[in-house]
Amino acid sequence: MSDPGWVKFTTSGSTAIWSCGGAWTIEHATRLDGDLTIPAEAISKTAILDLSAIDQLDTSGAWLISRHGKTLHGKGFAVETREGDPDLAALLKRVVETEDVLPVQPPQRNLSDKIAEVGAAAEGILTESRDLVAFFGALVMALSRLALTPWKLRWNAIFSHLEQTGLNALPIVGMINLLVGVVLAFQGADQLARFGAQTFTINMLGISVLREMAVLLTAIVVAGRSGSAFTAQIGTMQVNEEVDALRTIGLNPMDVLVVPRVLALMIALPLLTFFADMMGLLGGGLMCIALLDISFGQYLSLLNQAITVDHFWVGLVKAPFFAALIALIGCFEGLRVSGSAESVGRLTTRSVVEGIFMVIIVDALFSILFSYLGI
Amino acid sequence: MAVKSDLVISLKGIVNRFGQQVLHDGLDLDVKRGEVIGIVGGSGTGKSVLMRTIIGLNRQAAGTITVLGQRMDQLSDADRTRIEARWGVLFQNGALFSSLTVAENVQAPMREHTDLQPRLMDELAALKIRLSGLPADAGAKYPSQLSGGMKKRAGLARALALDPDILFLDEPTAGLDPIGAAEFDQLIRNLQRSLGLTVVMITHDLDSLVAICDRIGILIDRRIRVGTLADHLKDEHPWIKEYFHGPRARAAGIGV
Ligand SMILES: Nc1ncnc2c1ncn2[C@@H]1O[C@H](COP(=O)(O)OP(=O)(O)OP(=O)(O)O)[C@@H](O)[C@H]1O
Ligand SMILES: [Mg+2]
Repeated sequence: MSDPGWVKFTTSGSTAIWSCGGAWTIEHATRLDGDLTIPAEAISKTAILDLSAIDQLDTSGAWLISRHGKTLHGKGFAVETREGDPDLAALLKRVVETEDVLPVQPPQRNLSDKIAEVGAAAEGILTESRDLVAFFGALVMALSRLALTPWKLRWNAIFSHLEQTGLNALPIVGMINLLVGVVLAFQGADQLARFGAQTFTINMLGISVLREMAVLLTAIVVAGRSGSAFTAQIGTMQVNEEVDALRTIGLNPMDVLVVPRVLALMIALPLLTFFADMMGLLGGGLMCIALLDISFGQYLSLLNQAITVDHFWVGLVKAPFFAALIALIGCFEGLRVSGSAESVGRLTTRSVVEGIFMVIIVDALFSILFSYLGI
Repeated sequence: MAVKSDLVISLKGIVNRFGQQVLHDGLDLDVKRGEVIGIVGGSGTGKSVLMRTIIGLNRQAAGTITVLGQRMDQLSDADRTRIEARWGVLFQNGALFSSLTVAENVQAPMREHTDLQPRLMDELAALKIRLSGLPADAGAKYPSQLSGGMKKRAGLARALALDPDILFLDEPTAGLDPIGAAEFDQLIRNLQRSLGLTVVMITHDLDSLVAICDRIGILIDRRIRVGTLADHLKDEHPWIKEYFHGPRARAAGIGV
């Protein structure tokens, strides 16, 4: 390899000379940048840039020389450049002729910009909510259109999503609900024992699992698993312009992407909730058998006295609503992705957070409704 | 310039297959220092795969790859990083980092491999952006805000960021307007002369082949036939004949 680049300043008569040599490449650029100064001795207004000793030049080196030349010129020097090698001269010429090389400045932000940002963010929330409602409307339209022509539904897609969001979620949903059943029974028995009301553990367990715990936990798991998957899948298609391609071949992304996911999740979540009910009662039952010293048969008959079928329905009826919300938000955020991989990540996070948040809000609304109805 | 070895890249007996499909079967290729080698071949013959194999993104089923005198499969991580700093790659679809602006894309390799001051880095990024034929304001844009041809140029600017010894270009002029493509050819020539750059360029652009390639490698029958344009014009293989004597070749002024 050649010598590291160097620059020497000399004066000859009234002429300032910068002699450069060695390798003017990016490895040496930082140092050369510092060495290329205009010393105080350079008072006369003629300058020579002698580049004949340079034996390796890349665009970084050429940039430094070109910038130095322009600086000198700006200070009123008459600059003469002596290149050696013609290839080197050609590169330098190219760099010198490259006009308006303005380093990209990050935009400056002052206080009023920041206040404006707050306003823009608030407006963003409002427009997003409006868009979500509009999206919901479009979905209802598509669903009612497809309800009249059910053979146009994409059954393959529906079944594939059913498998991914339902069947594949069984292990995690089962495990979580089993454990929560165990924990509920244990804590309940522990507290109720103080009042000698240990047998009421089963009432508490049955009602809380069937009415709230199973469906809520399942919905939260599904929002984390499938809501995020929907956003990421559709978002990535959006980045690759696949969604645009769908439109151009006359396919409606709503029919192709959104409806199958929404329908599949609306079927999967109630089924998962039923499974979660069973696992929760099983986990709680195992704990009760151990703590209350009863047999499995006794547990079942006590459970039978404690709960009615209403409790079961109250939990299950919420599932399709939660499913619709999760799928709707997942697909909506996916379609909002624009351009970058980063936006896929941001909107996926948002879809999960919004999904869980909305599920809990709607659950609370259901509680109010049921207490009105006295169920 | 001190010349260590005349061979910058040397492939011996490369075999690549995907499932049943054999792409390369005992492929040999030598690339000399300071040459521009064009690689042509029909779509799907494995040009991109060959490039990915050389830069280590695709592991060959058999054969050895030597780059800058080092066997690629025997490198330590540190040596590998050192070699990677000496090549620049332009992927077929640009492969820009979508969450960075164009200027940040160009600076990404500089940040990784050099200790340049931020100000100089900004200036150099802006210079590379202008050199690759983009308007100055493109630096602040994100890849999703660029046209297809601009993405190509931005990818080129990033490939040139470190003024590499070896430049791998996968169809660099596809999607550029003819004037831009000619300028680009010229830019590659300039850089190549002044830096002793070695360029491996996959291209379907016959004008580029004529304008800047010293030698041309044709991927055919799972091997590569390397020669100058004059050699290939004499080749009797039907595909090569068709390639260099077809109407497009005639329009580019070869094979007449
Ligand atoms: N990861 C992969 N898995 C399976 N097959 C692959 C993979 N990558 C490439 N192929 C196959 O290898 C073949 C060659 O692909 P390659 O991208 O190298 O083509 P190419 O010569 O660059 O074509 P083009 O001129 O269209 O860019 C194709 O048939 C492709 O289907
Ligand atoms: Mg290719």
